[in-house]
Formats: sequence, C-alpha cells, structure tokens
Amino acid sequence: MSTTVIQVENISKSYILKHQNTERYTALRDVLANKIKNIFNSVTEPSGLKSEEFWALKNVSFEIKQGDRVGIIGRNGAGKSTLLKILSRIITPTKGRIIINGRVASLLEVGTGFHPELTGRENVFLNGAILGMNRAEIKKKFDEIVAFAEVEKFLDTPVKRYSSGMYVRLAFAVAAHLEPEILVVDEVLAVGDAEFQKKCLGKMKDVSGEGRTVLFVSHNMAAIQNLCDKAIYLKNGQIQLIGETGNVISTYLKGSLDNSSINLADRKDRSGNGIVRFQLVKLKDENNNQLQAFQCGNLSILSIQITFQKNSVINNLHIAVGIDDKYGNRITQLNSEVTNDVLSINDTTNSIDIVMNHLPLQPGSYGFTLFSTVNGEITDWIQEAGSFDVEAGDFYNTGKLPPDSQGNFFIDHQFIVKHTERMSL
Amino acid sequence: MSRPLIIIEPGTENSNYWKDLWNYRGLFYFLAWRDILVRYKQTVIGILWSILRPFITIVVFTLVFNKLGNFPSDSGVPYAIMVCAGMLPWQFFSNAFSESANSLIANSNLLTKVYFPRLIVPASTVIVSLIDFFISFIILIGLFFYYQFIPDWKILLLPLFLLMATITAMGTGLFIAALNVKYRDFRYIIPFIIQFGLYISPVGFSSNVIYNHENIPQFLKYLYVLNPMVGVIDGFRWCILGGDITLHFTDFFTSLAVSILFLFVGIWYFRRMEKSFADVI
Repeated sequence: MSTTVIQVENISKSYILKHQNTERYTALRDVLANKIKNIFNSVTEPSGLKSEEFWALKNVSFEIKQGDRVGIIGRNGAGKSTLLKILSRIITPTKGRIIINGRVASLLEVGTGFHPELTGRENVFLNGAILGMNRAEIKKKFDEIVAFAEVEKFLDTPVKRYSSGMYVRLAFAVAAHLEPEILVVDEVLAVGDAEFQKKCLGKMKDVSGEGRTVLFVSHNMAAIQNLCDKAIYLKNGQIQLIGETGNVISTYLKGSLDNSSINLADRKDRSGNGIVRFQLVKLKDENNNQLQAFQCGNLSILSIQITFQKNSVINNLHIAVGIDDKYGNRITQLNSEVTNDVLSINDTTNSIDIVMNHLPLQPGSYGFTLFSTVNGEITDWIQEAGSFDVEAGDFYNTGKLPPDSQGNFFIDHQFIVKHTERMSL
Repeated sequence: MSRPLIIIEPGTENSNYWKDLWNYRGLFYFLAWRDILVRYKQTVIGILWSILRPFITIVVFTLVFNKLGNFPSDSGVPYAIMVCAGMLPWQFFSNAFSESANSLIANSNLLTKVYFPRLIVPASTVIVSLIDFFISFIILIGLFFYYQFIPDWKILLLPLFLLMATITAMGTGLFIAALNVKYRDFRYIIPFIIQFGLYISPVGFSSNVIYNHENIPQFLKYLYVLNPMVGVIDGFRWCILGGDITLHFTDFFTSLAVSILFLFVGIWYFRRMEKSFADVI
C-alpha cells in the first residue's frame, strides 16, 4: 500500500482586490489619508476605493499518494500557481489545512536566485542552496549537473554572458538533481528548445520512478499526458475533476464547449486597454446558421462579437486568432494584418466574421487565443479564449480522409504520373 | 531517512520556526557568500573601497571637528584615533542597517518563489557588513602605528560591543525591512535615518562634550543616551582608547537596554508580518 504524502483539506485562499488602485504597493501616504478620511465619514462609505474579495482557491481538497505523478491543469487564473505556492509554503492559505509528509522542493521558476554577476560554478552552488540542497549534496552532484546542462566550457564565465539557452539549461539541471520526497514544478518546461524539454521530461520521469512524488503544472497537454498518471482540473479556483490523466484532459479540453457560443464577457484573465473587447464567439456555416462544430472541407465562419464605446468609429482595428491543437501547440494563426483586411467598426457593426473557405483541419479539438489591436496598441488579449471541435467532412470530395494520427492539416493536392517523352526519330 | 511532517494552516505559529532556521543555515551562508562575491565585482580597486570610504570620512571629520571646531579629544588621545574608534562601529551599523532594511525587496524574487525562514535574508546581509568592518579595522591599526599608540587590555572586550552594534543593527533592520515590504516609503526614510543618526551619535566628537556641556538641559542628555549607538560608540572608545576614560555605566546600560528592546520588537514584528510577505511584496 502506498502512503498518502499530501493531504489537502478544504484549502481556500482569498485576496482583497482594490479597484482604482493602480499602484503595485501601498504607500504610507495612502493609508494615512484613508485613515483620516475614515474618521470623517466612518458612517458613510469607508473610502473611495472599492474593495472586493477574490477567491483564488475555494474549498480545494485532494490526496496524493507516494510516487504519484500528478498534473494540474486549468486555464490561466484558475488557481494552479496559487495552489503550488501554498504547497511550497510560500504563501499561507486563508482557510483549510494541508498535511505534507516529506521534504518538498519547489521549482516555480527556472533559475530562482541566479545572480548574473556570478559564474556558472558559483550559481550552481547558490541555486542548489536556495532549492534546499546542502553543500555536500551539491558537491557530490556537481559533475552530473554540469554534464546535464552541457556548459562545461563556460563554468567560470559569469552567467550574464550566457546565452539564454545555456542559462536555462544550467538552471534546470540544478533543479533536476534535487532529491526531495516531493517535487513541485510549475510551467518551467515552456523554456528551452524541444530537445532539452524532452531531456527534462525524461529526467522528471526518472525522479518519480524512484518513488518520489511529482506535482506538475503545465499548459502543454502532451507533456502532462506523457508524464502524469493522475490529473487535477482546476476551474475558477475549484476542483472540476480529479482522475486518470486522459479523462481529465479531454474533459478540460471540452470545458468551454458546453454550448456552441463561447461567452467571453466575464473572462478576467485578459489584458489590453479595453477599447475593444471580445464578447462572444460563435461557429457558423455558409448560410449563417450557428453550429456546434465545424466540418472539415466546408466553408466555416468564426463569428466574433465585440464591444466598444457607443457612438465611436474605430478604423484601425486588427484581430488575430491563434489556433492550438489539443496539446496546446500553436498550429496556425488567422491574422487580419496578414490578409490586409482593414476592419472599420461603428455602431451598426454586428460581428466580425472570419471566413475560412475550405477548412483544412483534421477532425479533433482545437483551442484558440484572441488578440486585437487598435493603432498598434493592444486592446484585448485572451489566451485560451475557448475551443471548437472539427468533425470529419469531405475535404477531398472523395468521402475519404487520412487517419487521425497523420497530423493536423489537409493540403489540397493531386498526384500526377509523369512519363519521360520518347524521342521520335 | 526521516520524513518531516509539515502542517500548513492559516494563522498558526510554525512551531519548528527556529529549528527550520537552523536547518537553513546553509542558505544563510550562501546568501552572505553571494553578497560578498558580488560586492566589488567589476570595480577596479575592489575591496579597497571598504578602507577608502571610512578613511576619507575620518580625515574630514578630524579636520572639521578638531582643527576647525576645536573639539577636545578624550584624555589626550590623538583625535584621529578617537574619530576612528567611533567611525568604525558607525559605518558598520549604517551599512548593516540599510542593507538589511532593503534586503527583502532586493531579494523579492526569492521570497515569491521559494520557501525558507525569511529571517535569513536580512541576517545574512549583516554578515557582509561585518566583513567590511573587519577590513576597515586595518585603518585603526594603521593609525596605531602612525601615532605610536598602544591600546591596553580593554581592547580584548571589543567583541562585546561589536555584538551590541550587531544587535542594534539587526533589531532596527528587521523592523524596517518588514515595514518596507508593504510601505515603500521606508526606502526613502532609511537614508534619512542614517544621516540623522550621524548627527545625534558621537562619531565626530566625544560623548564627554555632551555630558560635560553646561548649557545642555538634563532631559536632553537623557534623550541622548536612549540612542543605542551612543552606548556602542562610547563602549568602543572605552575599549580602544584605554587610559583613564570611564564608561558611564547607567548611561551605557540605558543604551544597551534600548538596543535589546529594538531586537525583540524587530523580531516580533518581522515574524508577525513574515507570512504575508509573498502576498504583498
């Protein structure tokens, strides 16, 4: 029987959001000013600032057994990083309790504490100490770390002169040689080249092979699928599903597909100045009928509704839609700047339709990211805004399609047999 | 291998705090080592800065207070040595205080990404200042040779007063460091405290100037000894200058009591705020 190493009971974490307060830190001046204001109008509104409680995590409970490799997935702002930070004891929860049995090492960022002025050698020791290794441990592993990072030649060069690839490799190498009972890893594989990422995933698999427990946050579904045997799906700070990885991933990917129009009005995880905001996305066919899913080969319309200030005319709008496959890899982009489409909108604007004449996508699930600019300034940007399904269709007008495993795209093509022409005398 | 059991709950005191602090002594050592290594990187004269800065200040203070201001020295000791005996602990205090007070912000990336007892960060910066102190001690030895001055046995008690300076710097440093995380105003207050402190501490002059002055009302003299650095500097002079200099014991213990009080208040406040550092920094 494997023992429980992490037991999370009803963890919640709340933050007080102050609106209208754009400064990142509090100034004593503001506090004093508010205190004085409060004296005068303590009966009426407390102060000009509206504060609102925001629950980054709400009543999260789960158990993790020794040797489990658990992936945590969810959209940006779902509470994944907050959860990892609480597990790593960096922040304390507002409510609830966690019992951890074993030494936790957390890797929330590659190269935490690296000092640019110090050499590679010095940084290995420093970073090791920061991650919780003692001197003897680091010495013992030093050669292994350096070999893993492939930076032998530059050990005595300050890391500020490293290429970013070398920097990341060295930083990850230190972390990969930690030997804690529990390893907590946040989206760190997003850096480094593909080959190194593979190496890191392999290393993490080895780590858990030795009976250690790994908690892993990533947006890269392929990596989660590859590494983890269990997964937790977080949505708006709450657990949506825990279970076998494949199951959880497919639920997550279908998450926003419950109905065919994707409502974006309440999304908080967006950036941009808000002059133009994405409101709703619908899938439509050539006759403007709303669809549940696209069919490949058909004329397909991604219809985007936006909001902007009444009575204004915006001439220089650009919209880009990034499309990801089910593993979160970007496969293509639809971009009005590339197509030279000039988008002008005014009060009579109903929606902006992206018309794809002959949809060349393999059947499956696709996620998308929405991005817009006006006069070069970002107005709205929602990563992983939603997803859509593509169903099998008759792309080649033959009633046949290549098997699923053969990539994401269809290309219009034909086969032609050519003969060498005989010279006639 | 024994597995530590960690319980994370809101509000409760971490009962293993001091044990944790001990377990993380390796990190403490490495952070201090990092700061020392980085300190004079890409400088031409490097470590000489640790000597040059206090030395120039000593020369200026001696000229201004002694030659221009005609301040008396303590019982015939060369004025430069007297200034030096005050300047060394003062420089140590001001370095240690400002470094530790700014240390949490300077290391904010660590605070938000890794767990360790936060006390390590300001504490390790004090070590760096301590090293600087030992280096600048060379100036005093140089002055001994120059003036052919021989200190007596009391110089052996110097570590005790150095400890008192450390306590003072730690206490005030921790307090301000914790405040600094939330209110960045203190970033601007720190240099002011140091500048102000230089005027109310007997760095360029002897404490006896204050004690023996007839026109200074008694309550101001009481106020004067509440400054822990007065006790530290008087103690340093008592050790280094030797001879018939007396330490005013009631005054000294007042200073000592205040500095210990600072330490307790500093640690108490730091620990109270520590849990929310990563949230607000």
